[in-house]
Amino acid sequence: MDSQTALDIVLKLVAITVAFTVVLLIVAYTVLAERRVLGFIQGRLGPNRVGPGGMLQPFADLLKFILKEDIVPDKSTRFIYFLAPVIATMAALMTMIVYPFGPEVRIPFTDIVIPLTIARFDIGLLYVLGITSVGVYGIMLAGWSSNNKYSLMGGLRSSAQMISYELALGLSLIGVILLAGTLDLAQIVEMQSGWHGTRWFILFHPLGFIIYMIAAIAETNRVPFDLPEAETELVAGFHTEYSAMKFALFFLAEYINMFTVSMLATTLFLGGWNVPFAEDIFGRGTFLFGLVSAIGFILKVIFFLFMYIWLRGTLPRFRFDQLMNFGWRILLPFALLSIFITATLIFLFPNL
Amino acid sequence: MLALLFILFAGMAIGCALAVVAQRNPLYSAISLIGVFISLACLYVMLAAPFIAAVQVIVYAGAIMVLVVFVIMLLNVEEEAHRRTRLKFLVPVAVVLAAVLIAEVAFILVSVQEKGTTSVAGSDVGLTQSIGSALFTRYLLPFEITSILLLMAIVGAMTLARRGGLISRNNEAKRD
Repeated sequence: MDSQTALDIVLKLVAITVAFTVVLLIVAYTVLAERRVLGFIQGRLGPNRVGPGGMLQPFADLLKFILKEDIVPDKSTRFIYFLAPVIATMAALMTMIVYPFGPEVRIPFTDIVIPLTIARFDIGLLYVLGITSVGVYGIMLAGWSSNNKYSLMGGLRSSAQMISYELALGLSLIGVILLAGTLDLAQIVEMQSGWHGTRWFILFHPLGFIIYMIAAIAETNRVPFDLPEAETELVAGFHTEYSAMKFALFFLAEYINMFTVSMLATTLFLGGWNVPFAEDIFGRGTFLFGLVSAIGFILKVIFFLFMYIWLRGTLPRFRFDQLMNFGWRILLPFALLSIFITATLIFLFPNL
Repeated sequence: MLALLFILFAGMAIGCALAVVAQRNPLYSAISLIGVFISLACLYVMLAAPFIAAVQVIVYAGAIMVLVVFVIMLLNVEEEAHRRTRLKFLVPVAVVLAAVLIAEVAFILVSVQEKGTTSVAGSDVGLTQSIGSALFTRYLLPFEITSILLLMAIVGAMTLARRGGLISRNNEAKRD
């Protein structure tokens, strides 16, 4: 192994550590933000006692999860019962490696140029879809292995819901692929950097964006599509029998999924790390440009996370048949329509 | 490095495949089958065919196996797990079929070695772009025929699944 490979490996390890730490910290604070914002919407305070303004609440929660008693149901299928939360968390974390957090950056005072992406490959978008589709097993197997009727119903509901909305989700992305002509996420972002960094694909494919957002909320099992854990009907759905750290893993997986879905929306529709006019001010490839771009990316993602919380505080839950009807009879035809419109636009104005 | 990864993924695939057959619980078999699909996808990536790998995971692991697991979860699997093998005569048949399969694989291996292998590292056969252009130019007719076949299968499944079938129900409506 020569020094170049060694340097590459060290840089990759550093990138993985930094990216995962930042993302997990943001996820931890999303939980806190959710509780505070929901409190604000409902006219109460929310947790504000641990640390200044409640800033240490996520760590207190984590400590509580670790120290709680871990109850395993007597008649559960042990191996699968342990496997399910692991699958859910792993599938949620694995998609993180392909997202471009920023452009290529030269580290100050050296000649090393690094892309702010952990891994970059030809089929980035398909990789994300593939890993997301494996994530459904975590919830399904959790529901089955708990040996509890409520859990089983929650698992079945969630798998039906995720399969149905995956179709609309996939179709809404095809317009972007048509516009970009590639599945490589870094290249898709690169193509949106025209017009001083405002040539975002949402301008050409707005219907697809709306469909993507609705389908993504359903994919992450969030309000108003949180039927798998509807507490008035199913106690707590697929994680009724899970306690302590195993429950925390499901909780974590849900919030990481929110985060990755928001990252995908940012990357595909809102120009990824492109900040308007940043390139004109700082110049391409400089450290400051990279910093501003990465911060812009994170801010766009946080905007989506805030929208998730906002929706949770505003909307009531769907009924299950309404959910299925909506997915198959409204969302899917509109997704096909959006592909048709975008393809026609590209055909008529190839130089757009 | 590549050889090591190959041994890892091939071993995983074979191990999971054995588990599919050996497990008595259908759900464990289904999970092992998912393991087989995922390790096969890893092998496709090593063969410079990332698109095929992604489609393998999305279609087989993400869609078809979800339906299989769905059905197993809904049915009562306890009974199947304790039942003994009924069709004893299938065992020698299985042995013969396995021998034929091994002979076929050996034949392919020998003929490939005679022709000489081509490197996959530099080729673009497995890339998304080349697959797409091949499907919509050179192999357009088979592609379209396959899609019509799939459509027919979907309509057929719908007809069979509905009580009395779509056609007879329409006739009943006319009679009324």
